[in-house]
Amino acid sequence: MNRFLKLVRRDLTLALRQGSAVTLSLSFFVMTVVLFPLGVGPELGVLARIGPGVLWVAALLACLLTLDRMFQADFEDGSLDLLLIGPLPVEMLVLAKVLAHWLTSILPLILITPILGLSLNLPLDGILALTLALLLGTPTLSLIGAVGAALTVAMRRGGVLLSLLVLPLYIPVLIFGVAAVEAAISMLPATPHLLLLGGISLGALVVGPLAAAAALRLSLS
Amino acid sequence: MPFSVQNLACQRADRLIFEKLSFTLAPGEAIWVQGRNGVGKSSLLRICARLLRPAAGQICWQGEDIFKDAEVYGAASHYVGHQDALKSVMTVRENISFWAEYHGAADVDTALQDFELEKLADTPAGLLSQGQKKRSNLARLAASQATLWILDEPLSALDRHFIELFRERLRRHLEAGGMALFATHQDLGLAGIRHIDLDGGGG
Repeated sequence: MNRFLKLVRRDLTLALRQGSAVTLSLSFFVMTVVLFPLGVGPELGVLARIGPGVLWVAALLACLLTLDRMFQADFEDGSLDLLLIGPLPVEMLVLAKVLAHWLTSILPLILITPILGLSLNLPLDGILALTLALLLGTPTLSLIGAVGAALTVAMRRGGVLLSLLVLPLYIPVLIFGVAAVEAAISMLPATPHLLLLGGISLGALVVGPLAAAAALRLSLS
Repeated sequence: MPFSVQNLACQRADRLIFEKLSFTLAPGEAIWVQGRNGVGKSSLLRICARLLRPAAGQICWQGEDIFKDAEVYGAASHYVGHQDALKSVMTVRENISFWAEYHGAADVDTALQDFELEKLADTPAGLLSQGQKKRSNLARLAASQATLWILDEPLSALDRHFIELFRERLRRHLEAGGMALFATHQDLGLAGIRHIDLDGGGG
């Protein structure tokens, strides 16, 4: 456990000092969402209609943007070799990396979502449901993404392949995430959708680290 | 024997690199792996570090297969390879203490002294020269307090003075009951080091 926390802390320190991961995904997210009103016009009804979908898709893409660096920085300088043969099980190592990725690249997006929701004319119920749905659903993005990142770690320019591998797997999260917000907006219970999102995340929590650890061993041997 | 290798074979893609390699390592012993370029020195060390799977054979640490008992062996061994595993935005001290604490022990100051890195301790690793990076790497090894050192070309980029320092540190490690498995092109000139020549099979 101790080693796990040390690794997470090191990754957070690195992200903080380099600053690129946090700002990159956050500014991408904000820019994409802000571009939509400019593209489809400032009609409030239309914006509220497409708002949940826009925010979710932007979050998926912003997540994808930083995903390829999850293991690659450590792979390039040889740290990944040392981590793999170190005393921490590879599955836990993956989990530490996933946690660090989620905290640095995704949590900032969730924190800024209420403001972006307001600018897209989402009602307050919808914003609340959206934030909850993102909190419950985005861990899946990092966890599934870790498998893709592990598979493509040794490839040059693996980012495109990573997107092709990972994006289709994000579809369930997108569907239930948007459904939760739309249910909340139309005064229907959003709980079933949120529970499903939580369930998917729990499933990914089990499968993700196992698969990513196997993928890491495969791509480094 | 704490560390034993039996009938090891290594295959990369379709090429058999070496086979039927057996040796053992007891406390206080070191083995110098020799051979021409491409003969499999790095592969052998990477297999011993569990970074590669052998095509055949078994490696045991305290009687347990190292690929099965990963946690104990992971804490007992430490590998220094060609890459430096230093984070450029962290200082030398932060880099070394992360790895030392990660392996469960931290005597960072002594390790820094061993390789005369005290003055560089608070310099970001990104500003170091190749030789200084190598020394930081060796200091990481010294700070880890691992029993078995696995070293791939530990002397590259080091000048005569630091090779001497390294030899001294290795001697103390062996005297304290440590073990080492290393591949270099220079003779370290330490007494009691055994050889494995991959050109002519195991020995």
